[in-house]
Amino acid sequence: MFLAAPLVLLLLFTYYPVVNMFWYSLTSWDGLDKTKEFVGLDNYVAVFTRPDIFKVFFVSLFYLGGSVVQMALALYFATILSFSTRFKSFFKGIIFFPYMINGVAIALIFVYFFQPGGTLDSLLEQLGAGGLVQQWLGNPSVINVSLAGTSVWRYMGLNFVLFLGAIQSIPGQLYEAAEIDGANRWQQFRFIIAPGIKSIIGLSFILAVSGSLAVFEIPFIMTGGANGSETFVIKTVKMAFTHNKVGLASAMAVVLLGIVLIMTWVQRKVVPEEKVNLT
Amino acid sequence: MFPPARRTRLLTVAAIASLISLTTACAGGGDTSSADAASASGGSGAAAAAAPSGDITVLTWRTDLVTDGTFDKYKAAFEAKYPEVTVSFEGITDYEGEVKTRMNTSDYGDVLAIVNTITPAQMPDFFEPLGDAAAMEKTYRFLTPKIFAGKVYGIPVVGNTQGIVYNKKVWADAGITAVPTTSEEFLKDLQAIKDKDPSVVPLYTNYKDGWPLTQWESHRGEISADPEFDNKLGQDDAPWAEGTDHFVIDSLLYDAVNQKLTEADPTTTNWEESKNLIATGKVSAMTLGSWAISQMQKAATDAGNPASDIGYMPFPHQKDGKFYATVGGDYAQAINVNSTHKEAARAWIDWFNTESGFADAQGGLSPLIDPKAPATLADFEALGVEYVLQNPAPAGKESLVNDIDKEAEIGLYAPEFVQRLVDSARGASDETKQQIFDDLNAKWAAARTTVDAG
Repeated sequence: MFLAAPLVLLLLFTYYPVVNMFWYSLTSWDGLDKTKEFVGLDNYVAVFTRPDIFKVFFVSLFYLGGSVVQMALALYFATILSFSTRFKSFFKGIIFFPYMINGVAIALIFVYFFQPGGTLDSLLEQLGAGGLVQQWLGNPSVINVSLAGTSVWRYMGLNFVLFLGAIQSIPGQLYEAAEIDGANRWQQFRFIIAPGIKSIIGLSFILAVSGSLAVFEIPFIMTGGANGSETFVIKTVKMAFTHNKVGLASAMAVVLLGIVLIMTWVQRKVVPEEKVNLT
Repeated sequence: MFPPARRTRLLTVAAIASLISLTTACAGGGDTSSADAASASGGSGAAAAAAPSGDITVLTWRTDLVTDGTFDKYKAAFEAKYPEVTVSFEGITDYEGEVKTRMNTSDYGDVLAIVNTITPAQMPDFFEPLGDAAAMEKTYRFLTPKIFAGKVYGIPVVGNTQGIVYNKKVWADAGITAVPTTSEEFLKDLQAIKDKDPSVVPLYTNYKDGWPLTQWESHRGEISADPEFDNKLGQDDAPWAEGTDHFVIDSLLYDAVNQKLTEADPTTTNWEESKNLIATGKVSAMTLGSWAISQMQKAATDAGNPASDIGYMPFPHQKDGKFYATVGGDYAQAINVNSTHKEAARAWIDWFNTESGFADAQGGLSPLIDPKAPATLADFEALGVEYVLQNPAPAGKESLVNDIDKEAEIGLYAPEFVQRLVDSARGASDETKQQIFDDLNAKWAAARTTVDAG
């Protein structure tokens, strides 16, 4: 009985729109017209045969690279802060804080950060590295690195908290036993922590891959997808709302959903979930 | 609050935005249920014998005028004349996106501005016809894009012309005495401004915000000074061929960027800031519609400079020794076809256009046939600029240009292709100007074939 309300909400706002999206993807609807003309699989054919649509997945590679860096940093900080460190709670707060800021605010802050003569440029000049100053968003070969960097800054906190929680669920006596056996910090990480949080790392990896494919907010607000920073989702949104091809855009969304599902399935096959036994 | 969701489709990314609009739709729906029987039965038809009555909701994109109380004054004046009507306003920031989504329900206000994405052929599905085109054109101008099958569906609140806003003081300081008449002269003047003071940005593109780049497109029709330009565009297989309007307009932007006469990093521009930059002379010129003049003048006075620093020049091109500038309507007000208070809604539209003084207050051209130009366009008067108004499309071809544009995914009034041009001009992509123009021509021609066949 208590489940009725959440179930209705779930059906109404998740499954019903998705079913509708499948239907739209088979039409040539423009988002407004009273009649939706059925065109069969034409939209899917277009998605897979038009190189300009698939080309934008290349941009996702920058974010995928970024998320590897992000996970490495998060794991590093989580490990360090799980041992007794001074100002432990303070650092935990600092690392997690960016994740709590609204994405729009972050994007606006970073536009100022990357502006010519902005925060980053003045910082580099203070450090005597003025030679590195360049157009962080204006230079097409740097823009995606800048944007991926912003994304790393924003989402590292989430990975960090996930890893920290998993590490802290490892029983304390294991470390004690390891220390008695003479294991150093690296060995403790290698043989206790890493296998202990394997499933969380696997989960983070799936999130990273699907996240990189579906990057939207930060590049959309910071650049609007201009100057070669267009991602697949930005392309989808423009297709639907600028060019009014809601049918084609729905097909693109369905294809993205399919790709994410396949990625997840492959990941589960390659790294099967197994019960970890630390003792 | 759930029933209105039945007919609303949510794209995954737009889910939250739509949710918010649904909630507002429900809140707005409350008034109409209190409809009194007399006017509920009114429906369409000629002006009712009884005075218009009921509660109407007006959707507006001018959120600034809702918050600063301007609309409250209009409400008071209108309700004094029509005591039976109560008007309420709903200011919407993302007007295009939100209203378009709401139009899939029946609840999108009583009076609203027609969204730009709608094609003329779709208007009868959503809006009440306001009258026959032939009769209404005796009173109003700029109606053309809102006419379908001989009926008018919307009346623009104000008319705009197109040109380049510039800081007169900066131009005079650089020793420029006459308004440029060709693209070459314009570029030479920009260079003179840069030579005089390298810290001044001669031409600001507003690349990052995107939409200001679409203002360049509004100049089409001026180069050829041809009122049939839009109609010919639907028959043209190479709109970017050398010498065409698009070629001249887009080449000027390309050359200005290419000769480094625009801001150093276009990806970090800021629209709100740009008003202050031009007001204080840090930017010398921007390509914007005449609606921008009063905003820039206000920015100038806010910065402690005289409003007369802000000048307005036509696109630097002359035909037979004369400047030409396009004119057209801004957003047009229309009546929701599902409205239960159509007479009241109609009374609002007529009152707004004839008695509110809105167009004058905005420094725009009145939608009424009225040869008197506003004070903001004194510069155009002095130069003897001729206005070009596009002729209506022949019956059955009203949506042609929209349809080709959509099929080609060019987006004539979207910033993407202009941004691509700017990127190429500043060396941020390896395309040349000619390659882009060729590509646009090819897309246009291919889409034209598809649309003709369909």
